[in-house]
Amino acid sequence: MTHQKEDSLLGGYRVLDLADEKGLLCSKVLADLGADVIKIERPGGDPARHIGPFYHDIPDPEKSLYWFTFNTSKRSITLDIEKSDGQEIFISLVRTADFVIECFPPGYMDKLGFGYSTLSEINPRIVVTSITAFGQSGPYKDYMASDIVGMAMGGLMSICGDADRSPVRHAASQAYAQAGVQAALGTLIAHYHRELTGEGQQVDVSMQECVCNTLQQDRQWWFHGHLMATRSGGNLSLFADMEVPVIFPCKDGFVACQALVYPTPAGLRQWMADEGMADDLMEEDYEAWFTGGIAAVAMRGLDPEEMMKQHTHINDLIKAFFMTHTKAELYEGSLLRRMILNPVNTVEDLLESPQLRARDYFVRVEHPELGDTLTYPGAPYKLSETPWRIWYRPPLIGEHNEEVYEKEFGLSKEELILLKQANVI
Amino acid sequence: MGTRQVLERIKVADFSWWGVAPQACRELAEHGATVVRIESHRHPDGLRTMVPYKDDIPGVDRSAFGAAYNTNKYSISLDFAQPKGLEIAKKLVQWADIFAESNAPGVMAKLGLDYESCKKIKPDIIYFSTCAQGQYGPHHKLALSGAHSMYVAGFGEVTGWPDRGAVWTNTSYTDYISPWYLVTAVIGALLYRRKTGKGMYLDQSQLEAGITFLGPVMLDYAVNRRAATRMGNRIPYAAPHGAYRCQGDERWCVIAVFTDEEWKAFCQVIGNPDWAHDEKFATLLGRKENEDELDRLIEEWTQNYAPEKVMHIMQAAGVPAAVVQNAQDIFEDPQVKHREHFRFLEHKVIGRHAYNAPAYRLSKSPANIWKAGQVLGEDNEYVYKEILGLSDEDISDLVVEGVITTEADLPEITGLY
Repeated sequence: MTHQKEDSLLGGYRVLDLADEKGLLCSKVLADLGADVIKIERPGGDPARHIGPFYHDIPDPEKSLYWFTFNTSKRSITLDIEKSDGQEIFISLVRTADFVIECFPPGYMDKLGFGYSTLSEINPRIVVTSITAFGQSGPYKDYMASDIVGMAMGGLMSICGDADRSPVRHAASQAYAQAGVQAALGTLIAHYHRELTGEGQQVDVSMQECVCNTLQQDRQWWFHGHLMATRSGGNLSLFADMEVPVIFPCKDGFVACQALVYPTPAGLRQWMADEGMADDLMEEDYEAWFTGGIAAVAMRGLDPEEMMKQHTHINDLIKAFFMTHTKAELYEGSLLRRMILNPVNTVEDLLESPQLRARDYFVRVEHPELGDTLTYPGAPYKLSETPWRIWYRPPLIGEHNEEVYEKEFGLSKEELILLKQANVI
Repeated sequence: MGTRQVLERIKVADFSWWGVAPQACRELAEHGATVVRIESHRHPDGLRTMVPYKDDIPGVDRSAFGAAYNTNKYSISLDFAQPKGLEIAKKLVQWADIFAESNAPGVMAKLGLDYESCKKIKPDIIYFSTCAQGQYGPHHKLALSGAHSMYVAGFGEVTGWPDRGAVWTNTSYTDYISPWYLVTAVIGALLYRRKTGKGMYLDQSQLEAGITFLGPVMLDYAVNRRAATRMGNRIPYAAPHGAYRCQGDERWCVIAVFTDEEWKAFCQVIGNPDWAHDEKFATLLGRKENEDELDRLIEEWTQNYAPEKVMHIMQAAGVPAAVVQNAQDIFEDPQVKHREHFRFLEHKVIGRHAYNAPAYRLSKSPANIWKAGQVLGEDNEYVYKEILGLSDEDISDLVVEGVITTEADLPEITGLY
């Protein structure tokens, strides 16, 4: 497969991946674009291999689905970079590499003698990407952080959840994922600079800032009018005294619909009328709600109490109507009527999505050790000239020790055995 | 003007609007690329008609949100649906290295500016399209805002409380996944062109980019048939792990305890109350089993303190904890200030206001954010004359013919949300 990699965007470039959960996706982005990513695991395996879910619920470092997801297309070696033999090996690896990705607390790499200035002396072309919770310097640089800390400090959590309960985080470690991909972006800009000038550099990524950059208008609302978005359950946030629902329950789940925010003339109302569920909504009084939406109604200067009454009445009818249909029926019907409505998809819906199937989105990856083929999310983009692909399944712990240490670095079998006994690899 | 930067020779014809592609082009512009944004008063960018407006008065040049993703760019007003406008658009294609668009699939082809047409004008053009569900497939023509795409992509089903419905997250989440990915591919494509002389076409489905952020959830279903659903703030391998009410109105602090050491330190910080030494809380398994009670007891303690205080004393003891920061907190956060996350620039209509920086600091080729978002058509003179070589007379003819659009061409702006 190596020869095919020559046509890929990052074929021929080597990445040393020392990252934890904050950076696993960063090196995966590079790996799936063809880079030779060597995951450096501590002897015994990367701690992130202990994160579930697990294949068939068997908790085993070789069966973590969490780890699988973010380590496709990588090779794995084990190495203890805190031991002097390990450090020597690491230095010779750095000589052959183009990128180092690491997530250690600020100062840790310096303490080992692997700070950016040292690494750049060993290899002036090296790009060192450091992904931490808050960045390499500043008052919070040493603060401990997991995903939920990133979500909280970055601001996304304060606006998510129900008004009568605590804020909730977006599920499935989104701060880590954001840090990984935004780090990949900074890393590639540094890569471009290196290709032009021959010099590497340090990329200092803050997970907190990565999350800040996923906020929508909140910062502008605050800065310009001291308006604060709040947790609003399934309703729009900014209409504090009026509940404007945008998430509606239906027969088999939920749909998201902004029927009264971005209205489509006649769409929903006519549909309800066709099925005898519009009650009195076809009357003149309600016209503006369906043609101009809540903004238009607000601008007509209607008595607030009357406006609230109308709004509640309309929404009660919409809710009742949606409950008579499934997600799929509502989605199909809204496509015909050009309404903005879509299902709140479950993972099952996604695996069966005709759109994703038509685009061959999901990738089947063979895991011979499991005797199974697993379904992975696919490419974040389709490139016309060069392949994005999952080149190989995630590696086993130290799977490529022999390949890297013996074949590439010429260590002898005896030396390998010695290093193994010293728990260096 | 900016200082010398890594992408300074790169030229981008930005035909895109809304969030994703403008943000991607912005990353390029902040690293030195010359980005010309082609807009029209007849169909202004939707973000230009969204709140907040300067002094709450609607207007295409008054929205701080509309300005947010367009730093360092040059804006021209051009109706390229007209033959003469198309001619000018094609000159920009000739000029550009990168072509960006984010229309509904098929729109650019109808206008004569799809990849195949642009390739004829500029054989090595790097052309990217980003839209809700990609350029083909049974649902490809269904335009969705990112606020909706995130529900299509599965985030809605897994975020929120197990006993409650899905929540509106108040962010168009997939809009803040897609642009980062896009730029990685564009940088790769630039280097590929440097090596091979070949351009490239990139088709991004924001739905597909989004799903990559739910990988473990997808695999859990594909392998174990376990359909993930809402879990609040809980995770299987830490307890306590949640947000707790603190002193003040709507003030919250998260606390996350993963290890025995962190649990011991946590108990120490809260003053070792009797309950903390109850057998049932001594192990992770015990704490998971009694998590409702645990959370209640913790909140009895946290509500006596400001969230900042909780964070600082927990962190000093080595326990991960953080203020659930709102927008105001972020502006006042000493770490955010230290990183100079916000850059303040003078916008021609809005005045001095804040722009976020990238989350990464490059030691040798840093981003430089020097130009505020533009008033629509702000750079007509520079682009039409300096870049395209039109004369004053050409320009005034084009204005008279309505090819270069003006404020007179604006529809009524009533945008609210």
